[in-house]
Amino acid sequence: MIVGNRKDFKEILEKLGPRRRVLVLGCNECVTVCGVGGEREVGVLASELRLFWKKEGETFEVREHTLERQCDCEYIDQIRGFADEYDVILSMACGAGVQYVSEAYKTKLVLPAVNTTFLGVTIEQGVWSERCQGCGACILDMTAGVCPIARCAKSLLNGPCGGSSGGKCEIDNETDCAWQLIVDRLKESGQMERYEEILPVKDWRSGREGGPRKRVREDLKL
Amino acid sequence: MKTNSRIEKILGQGGFVVTSECGPPRGADSEVVRKKGELLRGVVDAVNVTDNQTAVVRMSSLAACAILKGMGLEPILQMVCRDRNRIALQSDILGAAALGINNVLCLSGDHQKFGDHPQGKNVYDIDSIQLIQTVCRMRDEGRFLGGEEIKGKPLMFVGAAENPFADPFEIRAARLGKKMKAGCEFIQTQCIYNMERFSRWMEMVCERGFHEKCAVLAGVTPFKTAGMANYMKKNVPGMDVPDEMIERMKGVPKEKQAEEGIKICVEQIQQLREIPGVRGIHIMAIEWEAKVEEIVKAAGLFPRPEIE
Amino acid sequence: MRLSYPSNVKVVKLPCTGRVDVLLILRAFESGVDGVYVAGCMEGECHFLRGNLRARRRVEYVKGLLEEVGLGGGRVEMFNMSASQGQRFAQFAREMTERIRLLGPSPVRK
Repeated sequence: MIVGNRKDFKEILEKLGPRRRVLVLGCNECVTVCGVGGEREVGVLASELRLFWKKEGETFEVREHTLERQCDCEYIDQIRGFADEYDVILSMACGAGVQYVSEAYKTKLVLPAVNTTFLGVTIEQGVWSERCQGCGACILDMTAGVCPIARCAKSLLNGPCGGSSGGKCEIDNETDCAWQLIVDRLKESGQMERYEEILPVKDWRSGREGGPRKRVREDLKL
Repeated sequence: MKTNSRIEKILGQGGFVVTSECGPPRGADSEVVRKKGELLRGVVDAVNVTDNQTAVVRMSSLAACAILKGMGLEPILQMVCRDRNRIALQSDILGAAALGINNVLCLSGDHQKFGDHPQGKNVYDIDSIQLIQTVCRMRDEGRFLGGEEIKGKPLMFVGAAENPFADPFEIRAARLGKKMKAGCEFIQTQCIYNMERFSRWMEMVCERGFHEKCAVLAGVTPFKTAGMANYMKKNVPGMDVPDEMIERMKGVPKEKQAEEGIKICVEQIQQLREIPGVRGIHIMAIEWEAKVEEIVKAAGLFPRPEIE
Repeated sequence: MRLSYPSNVKVVKLPCTGRVDVLLILRAFESGVDGVYVAGCMEGECHFLRGNLRARRRVEYVKGLLEEVGLGGGRVEMFNMSASQGQRFAQFAREMTERIRLLGPSPVRK
């Protein structure tokens, strides 16, 4: 799923500026699962705004609404009836959702309340970890199912570097060394000889480096 | 001989190589490089010039190499993959060759987190092993990574670093093997303090015959103080300093610690020379270039061979 | 025991403090209360195993939120006591009331 962090309340307030009619817009997909922008988090942020402005003695209107998805226009259209009543849409979706809402409501100010961070998995309730960088050319078959691009701090295709120590990365001892994981996995699956292969220079064109990406499936088009 | 490299020639004659390093200054003063170069002239066979080591901005390795080259020294251009993509790396290799630099050391580079610009974006378009392949391809096939032909091949003697003390230990020799397979001709190791572990690594290297194609230069760094020994053990990633060594440094009064550090270093060099497969010594006297001459002489590695 | 505790404390009964939710506490503040405290069972004695431990974490989280909005984290607290410790219940009620009195009325209410 896409994982994010909520922005600091102070930053959100600064971005809102003098605007007091706010539609806090959540998303029922990834950001709900990772506890950053679903219905509950919409409730918390809206509550924070109300408490703050009440304390300041201001008049305001905060509405809470959560869409099934903010990355599909049929859901975004569902707020068409009342979006105009607000000065600003404070989107709690990932960066894709924020942009798509913004594209759909061109005259509206749409602000992000979330910093989108990574594509990852749930390690345990309340803990998420990065797994993929969407490079567009998966090599997991060659690295025993552990992605060095996403999980090695240097994205080394032929690691580990000299900073791997006790299974941890040189950047901090909380972070697993991706190449230690790869070597362990190769060993466990009896493929240690694969370590001897040099992974070739990567063609990054399939990734962000090749420019913004788009996918089309003609057969699915209406 | 593939290149005009002084180290390639010495190794070709079966000689024992001595290298040292020069960290460029954090400023534009070329005198700093010249002074360091002067201290190393005639004392070592070649001088590594670090490339923004520990991710701290310094005078470019290429510029400092050119200054040393101008003084008649033999520089080894260190290149990290952290700061440049394949376009810039290949361009700098051509530039280095044009300036008469004969040696390159291919490295991943420390993560920028440790440096003075932790906010920066790293590149890592290619990694150190792929950089070795790239330079070898440029030299041997006369082709860029992209496939285009090079007019005027860069004749570089290609090296890399290896840390025998990093984990996982069991693949450390295999990793050297990968570098050798990529075309690497010499290896300079991380500072060695744990002789026993280094010997084991060297055995693994020799067992697989890697040492025959890729000359291993054993790295040493003299301690200035007991505090430095302690710091290296605790704070430098991938450093293995045995407690006895720290105890030995602590055991002498402060004003004698530098002397003791040099003594330990000389003893280490003598031990390393006895280890089968070791083809040279790489002395990394961090901001202590003035002592390299003393170390080389005390270790019986002086004078350095004359090369045509 | 007929113990007395400050009459300003309004008790909201829940089956377990594990039911305490961040939004529940925030809504209480929105409705104008000056402070909230959660009275849970002794740690390690939760009938549902970890309910009171979870409640404590949530209370800590709300403290952060209240700091952010400028109400102050001191207006919310977690206390642990067993069902038989009526004395302790009354004592915490007095303690919290005293603390809130020093902090003054909630700025949300003005």
